[in-house]
Amino acid sequence: MAAESQRPLSPHLQVYKWSPAMLVSILHRATGDGLAIVGALVFLWWLGAGASGAEAYAAFIDHAGAWYGQVVLIGLTWAFFQHGASGLRHLLLDTGAGYELNTNRTWAMVVAAAPVILTAAVWLFIYYKGL
Amino acid sequence: MGHATELGHVRGLGSAKSGSHHWMMQRVTAIANLVLMTWLVTSLVTSDFSSLDALKMWLSKPAAAVPLALLCVSVFTHIRLGLTVLVEDYCHGEAGKLAGLLAITFFTWGGMAFALFSIAALAFGGSANGGH
Repeated sequence: MAAESQRPLSPHLQVYKWSPAMLVSILHRATGDGLAIVGALVFLWWLGAGASGAEAYAAFIDHAGAWYGQVVLIGLTWAFFQHGASGLRHLLLDTGAGYELNTNRTWAMVVAAAPVILTAAVWLFIYYKGL
Repeated sequence: MGHATELGHVRGLGSAKSGSHHWMMQRVTAIANLVLMTWLVTSLVTSDFSSLDALKMWLSKPAAAVPLALLCVSVFTHIRLGLTVLVEDYCHGEAGKLAGLLAITFFTWGGMAFALFSIAALAFGGSANGGH
């Protein structure tokens, strides 16, 4: 495998100037894996606590409402919007559309910015409504 | 068939046969997840599930329990496919790759079963502590 061979390596990340498309690409993977591990565990804790009875559920609600719980939930909200937006972008790119340089750059920037705005909107709504 | 290079080992064998199925299932579950997760996030934000009674009331209705169960199937399938690609990309040793893929398989099927049972328990009103 690659680890043992002495063959030349192709240029890697550090030689390229960052572009919106690169940022969105790595964010898609990072948020997907974050949701897959942290998101899935929180989801299982929520449902498992509910099925285990009132005490276990109250403990989950206490942790979820604490400052660290809110930090995790805000992060998961952003990860959901980010993975969903960059996922939609991938579905469109799969059709062969959106590869023109300016179009690709514009939509990559939209896909990086929109999740931050959506996350802020959701949590402003939650705090406005009262936890 | 040559054996001097890695390419020589695989040339002429054809594809592994399962790649396009993985690719297609990842996209099918992605579209299902977009619909079902938008529904779940909307439900969580607009409702108050801070009490267990409210959660049970919600899940006792098929309009909530069924989409949530479908979400579990779609999301945990998507997680398995996605994490598999992660391990295949970054784990280059055979032992580590095998251990990683096994862990993902157990976590995602186990997680799906755990979630589906919990939804059923909540929907049908049972609970380990006797419920309400």
